[in-house]
Amino acid sequence: MTDALYYARRYPLGVIGALILIVFVLTAIFAGVVAPMDPLTTNARASLAPPSHIYWIGADMMGRDMLSRMIHGARISLAVALGATCIGSGLGAMLGLASGYLGGWFDLIVQRIAEIMQSLPLLVMALVITASLGPSLTNTIIAIAIPLIPNVARVIRANVLSLRELNYVEAARAIGMGRTRIALVHIFPNTLAPLIVLATAQLGSTILTEASLSFLGLGVPEPYPSWGRMLSESAAEYIHSAPWLVIFPGLAISMVVFGANLFGDALRDILDPRQGD
Amino acid sequence: MIQYTLRRLGLMAITLFGVSVAIFVLLRIVPGNIADILFDSAGMIDPAEKQQIVKDLGLDLPLITQYTHWIGGLLHGDLGYSYVSEKPVLDEILPRIPITARLAGLALMFAICTGVPFGVISAVRQNSWLDYALRVVSLAALSMPSFWLGLLVLMAFVDWLGLLPIYDKAPATWGAAILMYCVPAASVGLRSSALIMRLTRSSMLEVLRQDYVRTARSKGLSEAAVTFTHALRNAMLPVITVIGIETAFLFGGLIVTETVFNIPGIARFLVVAISWRDYPMVQNLVMFIAIVVVSVNLIVDLAYMLVDPRIRLRT
Amino acid sequence: MAPVLEVSGLSTVFHTRAGLVRAVQDVSFSVEAGETLAIVGESGCGKTMTALSLMRLIPSPPGEIVAGSVKVAGTDLLQLDEPAMRKMRGSQIAMIFQEPMTALNPLLTVGRQIAEMVSLHENVSRRAADARAVEMLRHVRIPAPERRAMEYPHQMSGGMRQRAMIAMALVCRPKVLIADEPTTALDVTIQAQVLDLIGDLRRELGTAVVLITHDLGVVAETADRMIVMYAGRKVEEGTTKELFAHPNHPYLQGLLASVPKFGAGEGTRLREIPGMVPALNNLPQGCAFAPRCSAAVAKCQEAIPPLETKRPGHAAACWMS
Repeated sequence: MTDALYYARRYPLGVIGALILIVFVLTAIFAGVVAPMDPLTTNARASLAPPSHIYWIGADMMGRDMLSRMIHGARISLAVALGATCIGSGLGAMLGLASGYLGGWFDLIVQRIAEIMQSLPLLVMALVITASLGPSLTNTIIAIAIPLIPNVARVIRANVLSLRELNYVEAARAIGMGRTRIALVHIFPNTLAPLIVLATAQLGSTILTEASLSFLGLGVPEPYPSWGRMLSESAAEYIHSAPWLVIFPGLAISMVVFGANLFGDALRDILDPRQGD
Repeated sequence: MIQYTLRRLGLMAITLFGVSVAIFVLLRIVPGNIADILFDSAGMIDPAEKQQIVKDLGLDLPLITQYTHWIGGLLHGDLGYSYVSEKPVLDEILPRIPITARLAGLALMFAICTGVPFGVISAVRQNSWLDYALRVVSLAALSMPSFWLGLLVLMAFVDWLGLLPIYDKAPATWGAAILMYCVPAASVGLRSSALIMRLTRSSMLEVLRQDYVRTARSKGLSEAAVTFTHALRNAMLPVITVIGIETAFLFGGLIVTETVFNIPGIARFLVVAISWRDYPMVQNLVMFIAIVVVSVNLIVDLAYMLVDPRIRLRT
Repeated sequence: MAPVLEVSGLSTVFHTRAGLVRAVQDVSFSVEAGETLAIVGESGCGKTMTALSLMRLIPSPPGEIVAGSVKVAGTDLLQLDEPAMRKMRGSQIAMIFQEPMTALNPLLTVGRQIAEMVSLHENVSRRAADARAVEMLRHVRIPAPERRAMEYPHQMSGGMRQRAMIAMALVCRPKVLIADEPTTALDVTIQAQVLDLIGDLRRELGTAVVLITHDLGVVAETADRMIVMYAGRKVEEGTTKELFAHPNHPYLQGLLASVPKFGAGEGTRLREIPGMVPALNNLPQGCAFAPRCSAAVAKCQEAIPPLETKRPGHAAACWMS
């Protein structure tokens, strides 16, 4: 606890980031309670209503309350981001750990596959995977998670390789400790810090990838409200007539990613000073 | 160095082969093929017609045969025909490449020309208000979706200038291209610029702590000479690597930016092809992207070798 | 003969979050042309900070030279503005560092780095500067200097790199050379060669050398005079011979007792000094060495002893001697 206070004082920007994330997460969890209206109820008379005391940040073409849609949209964005980050980092860490510790042909194959995957930009790969799996919430998560794997695997592998040479691991080997036990007792716990740092750093980029996919119409499908799709629906036509449709969803995305980045930076400085600046 | 390049070219071939298999398989585990889509959208009901389409497009052949046809053609420069436009894929792709290449080139130039100097300033003035401002601004830039930024820029155009810029024609000269693409290039390059700035800053701070910087000062060099001849060169080594990685990332940004600004480049075309399930188009486009990315990686590694004698002269 | 380097009352502090760190306090000494003065002490006693203060290379902030003067051939370096100081560095007062691997820029050839020094301080063509670099490399006894000048630091051995470092520092014939632990990172056999080289060049060029080291063996071999530093202060000063023969301050006595002596006989235990160097932001009120000193009495805890002449050519700061 005193540790937390100490770090909180040293990294005020990290605290701000954490607070932003907490606000968004709470909003997402309690969306049903927080949202003033139903995000799906249409109202022809409120079509493109500008911000007012009823529609705080305006209404969309179908007369749906933007604020309520954005609050529910937080659920989708955060669920996809957290899901994809956990799956991607988890699988990546397992592969990296195995690849670094086992070495040999297994390592060689994993490295080649990672290289193949990294020869495509993240969004291109996510696009192709969603196109192949078809649009759904789960598939969007998978499509964003898979491109994360090689990067995580490489970082963890490099970490394992350097840990393997450390004296205490040599010592454990010298006293006859088994390979699996060394991996679990000595190596795995020491890769946790970089893993957490990496995963947090990727949280922001997964949110952005989800937004991009949805913006391109290949992300989370109807009826889920998604920030990215709210932008694509309103993009060209309403730039002039209803700018609130463009401004607010983008602001929500930027805010939550900004929070994740601030938090991730502070976490990196605390947990893994070598990676930091 | 020649030997190294040859070995890398060999590895590149393996990687590209892997990409081709992966993309080919991915596109064919999809439920529903082009025939279904054409069939539905054209409102055709005659099953015989559908059979004919499947046969014409070679969709009834075994996957291995389809794959070897594709790769065989690819190696001879024959990329097949688009399912949708029925024109040769090459004719569709080629005219779009210069558009995207110019946009990407400008974006990268913008990113380097802003990211490196600001990163150096931020490091040299560490913990000043300028440093804090640059760090917060760069983090904010990394947090904004580039398509949103593009939309805001368009909004500013409409509100202040009363016009919507049109990007549907390819510019004739580089000068015209710069004029036309500077706005979308800046909006897609901002993210890379922020990333390069942050890395330049941290790398520069690391280098400024090194003993050889102290040595340079002990020789009586001015701060400017210490910063530029001794520190910056060393600080650029990790930045070179990231510029390579960013070139790949940039393509993702280009996809949305070309969509927002309605630029008829190759990146947006990929989305169109994917939504139409135009296999020949998608798989060739993806191969093209992969070739560009691995080539850029090779160029970056070679550039790194040229700058760093420790790697160039390794025996 | 007038001393080339005259340091008096030099005090350097660091403003840190943990408080004011007094890294160097009221240090004075002088060195004549062709003479070697050793500054001796454990790590953390302020030796390197003294050296960097002489060059005015203290990182600032947080560091600051708060008092004293550093006169090189009569010019007080601490009174110069930054451009004038830059002209002095390298041409009048030069420095070599502990780690020859990290002290040379890895991306520039050794020849280029030496020639840079020449171009900076002398109005010569680039070609002439390069030629001077080669000539200087030959001077520090590097074989095939033309070829070596084209090489990068990583292609050289540690001893050769340190020699290149020396070549760089002396190429403009500075009046003062500060050598900060120049041999600590080298093999023992190479150490002797590098020390001999510094000694020969000193005699030949008439350079005043300030040798910073914790190695009393190096001091005995190379230094004419020495000063002993403890917790940022000078605690003893004199000719090397005198100080080794009659160490006065218990700190120097302790240092000398902790060095193994050949032929001391079996069963003679080496003695160590108990305790550790105090933190420089939290110094005791009296003599900084008192907490570790076996001879300390009440007075030592109360007031800092002044530096007094104890024997001819030998001064020490200790209440008990």
